[in-house]
Amino acid sequence: MEIAIISGKGGTGKSSISAAFATLQKEVVLADCDVDAANLFLLFNPVCEEEQVVISGQKAVIDYDKCIACGECIDYCRFDAIVEENNRVKIIETFCDGCLLCSRICPQEAIDIVDEDKSRIYAGSFKNGRMVYGRLAPGEENTGKIVSKVRDKAKQIAKESGIKDIIIDGPPGIGCSAISSITGVDAVVVVTEPTLSGLHDLKRTLEITSGFKLLTSVIINKYDINEEMSSKIEEYCAQKNIEVVGKYPFDPLVVEAMVNCQSITDFAPDAEISKLIKNSYLKFS
Amino acid sequence: MTKPMKIAIASGKGGTGKTFISTNLYNLLQKKGLNVALVDCDAEEPNARLFLTEGILKSSREVNQKVPVIDESKCTYCGKCAEYCNYNAIFFLKEPKIVNVLEEICHGCGACSVACSYGAITEKDDLLGHVSNFEFSNKSALIESRTRVGVYSSVNVLKAAIKEASGFDLVLFDAPPGIGCPFIQTVAQADYVVLVTEPTPYGLSDLKQSIETLKGMDKPYGVIVNRAGLGNDVVYDYLKKENIPLLMSIPFDKNIAVSYSKGELLTDQDSKWKEKFSELFNKVKEEYGNSNN
Repeated sequence: MEIAIISGKGGTGKSSISAAFATLQKEVVLADCDVDAANLFLLFNPVCEEEQVVISGQKAVIDYDKCIACGECIDYCRFDAIVEENNRVKIIETFCDGCLLCSRICPQEAIDIVDEDKSRIYAGSFKNGRMVYGRLAPGEENTGKIVSKVRDKAKQIAKESGIKDIIIDGPPGIGCSAISSITGVDAVVVVTEPTLSGLHDLKRTLEITSGFKLLTSVIINKYDINEEMSSKIEEYCAQKNIEVVGKYPFDPLVVEAMVNCQSITDFAPDAEISKLIKNSYLKFS
Repeated sequence: MTKPMKIAIASGKGGTGKTFISTNLYNLLQKKGLNVALVDCDAEEPNARLFLTEGILKSSREVNQKVPVIDESKCTYCGKCAEYCNYNAIFFLKEPKIVNVLEEICHGCGACSVACSYGAITEKDDLLGHVSNFEFSNKSALIESRTRVGVYSSVNVLKAAIKEASGFDLVLFDAPPGIGCPFIQTVAQADYVVLVTEPTPYGLSDLKQSIETLKGMDKPYGVIVNRAGLGNDVVYDYLKKENIPLLMSIPFDKNIAVSYSKGELLTDQDSKWKEKFSELFNKVKEEYGNSNN
């Protein structure tokens, strides 16, 4: 079974809950798909066994020995990434989308294409099984692609080692990397918090998961920060026919567990919050 | 005319308090009568409007992208469009003859139109999202970028919102989380970046990645530590060691969390917080001055 934990809004507790879910299992493949801000490797300190290069995209580079500054590429570029400066044509790297059109139309063949190859994915072992995580290199941009590579690797490992469950810690937002994290999974858990922003972002996230017809449930984390808002979220979920599989209180122990590099369920197995997380997880097994 | 000052409020890790900081800062400066715009660049999950409810909707416009339409009566199934597409957004088979545009992964670069020698490709508009302008006074506005749910990339929508804010003396960007394209496209247009983090190992790890990215872009930055008192000292040690300015520290306080949950602004409630955010603005101005001029 492949379960993805996402949230829409950041900082609601996705990683803490993913870590707890992963350590409630004897053997699991844990896929950290929040490649912009991968954190679970900090917690579990996996022994790295494999490193894979990801070509996250391509960029255009001008060969000034050939460029005659005709400026034709400027007219074709739709990303405003090519400008003329002091009679020289210049590519603004951060705006270049890597479409390659400039290199195709350049009459002097003066534009080269280079791979962006500094992003990596890693696979390793931790105490509850195997772990795959990605690292987006600073300045490289295609997170959706790295997420799919992380998931492919996790599936491959699960298959080869006969591990049945994959847990995906997803990114915030509802863009390409969030979508790549959930397509085709068996279940999605959306972690939210009882704030106006939490509810707003939850609604948009549920629109995405229902669009993909994914089995979706909700966890309300820190519900006691605003119980009225929690009730509103529960009402909204009931209306949408989505099960709320957990309501956890705010507990500073969760941060303490993180500082001690442990999941909350390992750090304080008898705490109320750990029991509640276990109950939620049981609903998936 | 003096150059406008553009400040991005960003963080690698989500949920550290970007929107909390940017909405309070904007609220304070707007009420002081400054010529200021806040651009909500988190187009996937824009939240600033939930806190800044006083603005009046002045305009809302669509942001579109061009996507190709293939006229199969003119198409010769040569496959050159699929070859030119670097995003694999054109699915092509020579036998049996199939050519399909996968609109959701198209970046609208126009390469396929250039590739086609048979005039079989025209373009239509595909809705990516909206930019809405909420006016607070004749000198201040919240400009919100919001993607249509299901759109893969928020970049064009947030760029359109940033463009709409040109003309203000001071522009604040509430940046999207992470270090991927939406973040980069936002901070690329800022002169100074305020990174918000929390004092935990996760916060530190994500902060380091953001800083590495900003260094590569040659952008000056400072740090705000939110929820101080939770977690440990790793972030403070790092800031000290690297000589990175700590712009502000906000203690963890359940009352702040509760008031945030209701969509309230601290700078409307408490003169102490008004002062703290004023101090923050002065500090940012000072750092901005040191780094830009």
